[in-house]
Amino acid sequence: MNNTTTKYFKNMNSVWIITKKELNSFFDSLIAYILLVLFLGFSGFFTWMFGSDIFLIGQATLRPFFSIAYWSLFIFIPALTMRMIAEERKTGTIELLLTKAVSDRQLVLGKFLAAFLLICISLALTLPYVITLASIGNVDNGEVICGYLGLALMSGVYIAIGLYASSLTNNQIVAFLSALFIGLFFHIIFDILANNFKGSIGEFFNMLSLSNHFESIQRGVLDTKDLVYFLSLIFLGLFLTENNLAKRKVNG
Amino acid sequence: MPFLFLSYFKQYEINSNNHSIMDIKVEKLTKNYGHHKAVDDISFEVKTGEILGFLGPNGAGKTTTMKIITNYLNCEQGDIIIGGKSIRDNAEELKKHIGYLPENNPLYLDMPVIDYLEFCASLQGVEKSKIPERIREMVRVCGLNAEKHKRIGELSKGFRQRVGLAQAMIHNPSVLILDEPTTGLDPNQIIEIRKLIRELGREKTVILSTHILSEVEATCDRIMIINNGKIVANGTAETLRKQAQGQEILTVKIEDGDSNAIFKAIQELPTVGLVDFTDRNLNRFEVQSRPGCTSRREIFNLCVKNGWILTELAVSEAKLEDIFRELTVN
Repeated sequence: MNNTTTKYFKNMNSVWIITKKELNSFFDSLIAYILLVLFLGFSGFFTWMFGSDIFLIGQATLRPFFSIAYWSLFIFIPALTMRMIAEERKTGTIELLLTKAVSDRQLVLGKFLAAFLLICISLALTLPYVITLASIGNVDNGEVICGYLGLALMSGVYIAIGLYASSLTNNQIVAFLSALFIGLFFHIIFDILANNFKGSIGEFFNMLSLSNHFESIQRGVLDTKDLVYFLSLIFLGLFLTENNLAKRKVNG
Repeated sequence: MPFLFLSYFKQYEINSNNHSIMDIKVEKLTKNYGHHKAVDDISFEVKTGEILGFLGPNGAGKTTTMKIITNYLNCEQGDIIIGGKSIRDNAEELKKHIGYLPENNPLYLDMPVIDYLEFCASLQGVEKSKIPERIREMVRVCGLNAEKHKRIGELSKGFRQRVGLAQAMIHNPSVLILDEPTTGLDPNQIIEIRKLIRELGREKTVILSTHILSEVEATCDRIMIINNGKIVANGTAETLRKQAQGQEILTVKIEDGDSNAIFKAIQELPTVGLVDFTDRNLNRFEVQSRPGCTSRREIFNLCVKNGWILTELAVSEAKLEDIFRELTVN
């Protein structure tokens, strides 16, 4: 191993330590359990028992689940991320962390990864839905895999936005509401705007709309355009979060 | 408890053979918050094996300086060199050699003490196999044995302070930056922690800030007083005292005379700068001589001449408190 790869692994090690600690604190503070119960209960109820559930549609498809998860994750994720930086700033523990051998970037990445893993765990716990469905009828595997991938990518975007909102303020409620506010644009408002404008402006909003890209992936087609969209939003969110953290260095 | 500390020192000396020399050199450091100059062109040096006491009123710039040294804040103008390396280019590497106890001692209250120490150790790059040993040592040194499985939030303030110290020292750093390390401790604990800091200071570079003046005298090799972001005094307690003792201050009690007459007579002495009643009924005065003069003989002669009885004549030694006040009250 040359020097840069060792350095890279050392960097990842710090990220992983932060991730482990954050995951532990999710489970210790019961936040993780509440999230899992709410998410599974909510999505299970509407996928199997109520509204336009699978039996009403009468097809072996997980679309009802994906559209429920699309909304429930949108609301749950800001609740998960709101305290991640705001609380550390309020109690001053951020000073403790950042004066140890951890860079701002490692901290942000570690926190992102922890929330992302928790969402992945809750998504993985819905795999019995897939198994049940497969025993009832013929499931389009590509569609299911792409649906899960779409949810994971969308969660990534909202975690990045949530972290950014959390880095804006010391107040968790403010962080929660501003994450929802920013998220709402991507979730629905850009889509509405796209439908109301014609020509290049409509095209532009269409490109910004997350629901648009999500649907495109959910159809079972993995387009680079969609991947680039999600990944660049995640990158942008994390970059702005790191930037926000670095502001303390000048302003105190 | 004191026995535990002693056993720690012995072990400590064995463990610290690989300690590198890490002097801190602060060069022309300036920090602005908007238009306010928090730190104004400060330069000083702390050598390995030295404990520097950082004194100053609230808002003088102590904490800001410490935050810059620990790389929590940017070093905009000037430079800080630790162990020959500038903090500007080597911040991430230098952080590993610094142990820091921030002001107000922030902690993760929902974490158990042991888990927290393990988290800190692994973040600071302590080898995985050595982490349990380091934790055991810190638990012993800081007297946390009975509390080690409790959540930090359940601990009293004194024990939290110990946890704060333990996390600062867990990776055996060469540089220790302690922002008010003894707040919240009871007198016994304060003595223990001071002893510990003094002992650590033999081979580490230590900067500690405090409001408690006797603490600086008890713990530190050198005192630095800063006010409004500027260094106003820098030296040992002895040198500071000598500097401040430019003017002699006497407490005098004279009987068998009219207090106003005595007051007037003393004031007219050529060596006396200022006279003040400390107790008018008891004819007790505080006499401040002119710089470089002593008025003791003159006062005695004055009493003899007027037939007054001198029942008290004491030279008051300038206290650190007085020096502090003189330097920092504008």
